[in-house]
Amino acid sequence: MQAGRGFSKRNLMSNSILSASPWPWYVAGPCIAATMFFLLWLGRRLGISSSTQVICSIAGAGAKWDYFKIDWKNQLWQIVFVVGLMAGGLFVSEVIPGSVSPQISPDTVADVEALGLTANEGIAPKEIFSWEGLLTIQGFIIIVLGGFLTGFGARWAGGCTSGHMISGMSELQLPSLVSSVCFLVGGAVSSNFILPMLFLK
Amino acid sequence: MKNLIPFFFAGAFFGIVLSKAEITSWYRIQEMFHFQSVHVFAVMLSAVPIGILAIKLSNKFGIKDISAAPIHIKPKVGGYRQRVFGGLLFGLGWGLHGACPGPMYTLLGQGMMIYGVLLLSALAGTLAYGAWRHRLPH
Repeated sequence: MQAGRGFSKRNLMSNSILSASPWPWYVAGPCIAATMFFLLWLGRRLGISSSTQVICSIAGAGAKWDYFKIDWKNQLWQIVFVVGLMAGGLFVSEVIPGSVSPQISPDTVADVEALGLTANEGIAPKEIFSWEGLLTIQGFIIIVLGGFLTGFGARWAGGCTSGHMISGMSELQLPSLVSSVCFLVGGAVSSNFILPMLFLK
Repeated sequence: MKNLIPFFFAGAFFGIVLSKAEITSWYRIQEMFHFQSVHVFAVMLSAVPIGILAIKLSNKFGIKDISAAPIHIKPKVGGYRQRVFGGLLFGLGWGLHGACPGPMYTLLGQGMMIYGVLLLSALAGTLAYGAWRHRLPH
């Protein structure tokens, strides 16, 4: 694709920072803050894990547990928002040209390959994130147990990274700082100790 | 119903940003937790000072939201044990599969169906929390 002068969609994509891979932090960070503020302006709040509560409520879990007896009709915006997330993902994979595999640090490549996983091929290692991977013990633990922990933990803590790290810390809420620190501690433990335990026997 | 449309575009924009910043990538999350790059930290933490400033300025200048109410923050209630225990469990999962809820939906939208299994597992965790919360410390 020849990058040229003049305004056209192709040139916008290839000449601008939008074609950088990844978008630099000083573009992405303000975009995230802007989304957070836009939602506040709309009278709502950025906090994506609460969508799981809304989904369970719509599915009827309120019949059994109080936690899901919420006015979900007033929370439909969250469903629309996560559908938007999915549409955004679809847009990136289908419309924006030239999405490349993340060029991660060579040290990370080495660490990943030391676990016997493929590095630098797509977004996540196929050994785990595939139907075949799901049927391995490691893949099952990572996806099913790991996913369970994330859903459970986010609701227990009252928010995930968007709710606590972005919204909560922007609101200067101390509980969000505590949650955020614990997110990072938990992640550092599982990334540096549990993953190797799973793959190096 | 049409007053829901802005939320779709907010979500789409957010999903695009997460994807293009590569926050959705398991590799980037491992890189972050191995402290081998500041990229993901910088993305998340640069949003915070801007967010703080935006909220402070909107309060100072009396900027209202679309229902003409001042932009208000609901102080979080409840104890610290829920933040610590819940936070650690969230983090343990996050370090394993590299996806917070936002990337889960975004990657599912990109056609990576295995993230649907991840999402279903997170929903199961949400159900379990709803069922067990009265027995958990908060």
